[in-house]
Amino acid sequence: MSVRANYANYQGPVRDRVENFHGSQLVYVMWERHLLFCAPLTFLADPAMSFDAFLTEVLTPALAPHPESEKLDFAEAQWRLDGEAFEPRGEASLADNGIGHKSQLRLITPRLSDLADAAI
Amino acid sequence: MNAKTSKRLNMKERYRIMTRDLGWEPSYQRYEDIFPQESFEGIKIVDWDQWEDPFRLTMDNYWKFQAEKERKLYAIFDAVSQNNGQMKISDPRYLNAVKLFITAVTPLEYNAYKGYARVGRQFGGVGARIACQMQSIDELRHTQTQIHAMSHYNKYFGGMHDFPHMFDRVWYLSVPKSFFEDASTAGPFEFLTAISFSFEYVLTNLLFLPFMSGAAYNGDMNTVTFGFSAQSDEARHMTLGLEIIKFILEQHEDNVPIVQQWLDKWLWRGYRLLSIVGMMMDYMLPNKVMSWSEAWTLYYEEAGGALFKELERYGIRPPKYADQTVIGKDHVSHQAWFIFYQYGHATAFNTWVPTAKEMDWLSEKYPDTFDRLYRPRFELLAEKAAKGERFYNNTLPQLCQVCQIPLAITEPDDDTLISHRDTVHDGERYHFCSDGCRDIFHHEPEKYVQAWLPVHQILQGNCGGADMEKVIGDYYRIEMGEDNLDFEGSAEQRRWAAWKQAV
Repeated sequence: MSVRANYANYQGPVRDRVENFHGSQLVYVMWERHLLFCAPLTFLADPAMSFDAFLTEVLTPALAPHPESEKLDFAEAQWRLDGEAFEPRGEASLADNGIGHKSQLRLITPRLSDLADAAI
Repeated sequence: MNAKTSKRLNMKERYRIMTRDLGWEPSYQRYEDIFPQESFEGIKIVDWDQWEDPFRLTMDNYWKFQAEKERKLYAIFDAVSQNNGQMKISDPRYLNAVKLFITAVTPLEYNAYKGYARVGRQFGGVGARIACQMQSIDELRHTQTQIHAMSHYNKYFGGMHDFPHMFDRVWYLSVPKSFFEDASTAGPFEFLTAISFSFEYVLTNLLFLPFMSGAAYNGDMNTVTFGFSAQSDEARHMTLGLEIIKFILEQHEDNVPIVQQWLDKWLWRGYRLLSIVGMMMDYMLPNKVMSWSEAWTLYYEEAGGALFKELERYGIRPPKYADQTVIGKDHVSHQAWFIFYQYGHATAFNTWVPTAKEMDWLSEKYPDTFDRLYRPRFELLAEKAAKGERFYNNTLPQLCQVCQIPLAITEPDDDTLISHRDTVHDGERYHFCSDGCRDIFHHEPEKYVQAWLPVHQILQGNCGGADMEKVIGDYYRIEMGEDNLDFEGSAEQRRWAAWKQAV
């Protein structure tokens, strides 16, 4: 469908195009069924950054407040990228891993503690 | 006017002369140039004279009624202020509901004033123009009386200063702001369907009754009195909302599918917006009125159910995804409070873990969800806070492109998984909280691609840089340690204790 406007060819500005982020891009991460974080998290990241660096420098500090973060082992985790199963290559960049601007990653971990009962 | 009329006019005649008789047939300008927005939405009006004003209110009487109400209202405001009314409230935590109201709802009244002034200009029918004019003035009055009602508290409590500034900037206030701007930038008939019908008629009881009853249960005389003063206006707006929808549907059968799509959209948008009312009722009122779940059952499922049954004869079905609102009623208030709790460093009010007694009330009201999902979360948070590690989430959340609420609401069929949808439009990826919000985007992508999402704006550097303390303090004007953070240990709590000791 298309907007019904008072004049022809109405098109609002695309406010979040990647050019507006000064060389960085957005990456969202949802730690599935870990609702201590009320929503998936939004990160500003350099697309040339390696996936491993993204995990250690960006994601790990953000997840630190969660009691299960100490037991979290990324080697045991599964990932999904924009709805598809995903096997990241740690040394490759976000861009080379196919993680684009406004991509959503899902982190799926095995049961780590009793907090899982209430999906915390 | 007829010069022979010597006796007093009866009400019907008077109404005719004071409203319909004010219009005229244009002679040297084309109708579509005078009313350029009347047709682009596809709504067909065959005969504006069929418009019925259920109140037959004329402007001269309108001023008289309103002036009388103002006199009574301001007499009570004076009395409250002379009697230190701020000390009569149940608990200082209550004031946080007032802070939410003045920052999130009062600016909507102002937007409604502007909206009705605009659409009133756009209708060819005189009856509709007059009705919009009165409602426009009502909404301006509500803006002013709310500001005056709450200004007394502003002298004693934080978070209420700078409310119009905050409305335009603060992350969670983008939810009500974008809701209303969506309506205001639509055509005049969609505006009326959105605001007069979906919001004023279907959902207003879920906004005003909880706030006004909440005020009554918690000793807030000013807000209660404002509520009473607005009640007859609201009744008029509600009746008008229903008349409008029936009028549009009766004018032409081609209007039915257009209106149906608007009803689907605006019920969903209104439902998402009211999540903040849900959390206010369940978490922010020290003396509770009823639970959000009970309110939704009573005012939406029962009252709304009867209404949509009545509209069936026009070919209208209940709004799409209404079933999801019924599932959601046991979750959204908890999920919403949880958002505010963890981003409580960026709120213009205090947040807290509910007391043990409050948690028991929530268990009783939410037997299927609270103990299983939400109590354990709050107990963990209380434990962390007791160790001096009060949880604040320092990473920004992912937002829905349409409702702009963080993606914190769970799937209708899986309450441990966040509900998330996405789509790619013109090579750009967009994310949503629900099927309802995704549908709204798909219907008018050219409109929603421009959403001003607070999280993305911060990360683009448009809100005063990368330092969150500066964003919160300088850009939002939320004073650190004064307006925000946990109620426990807050400036508000300390002041209240000192005042109570002094009494």
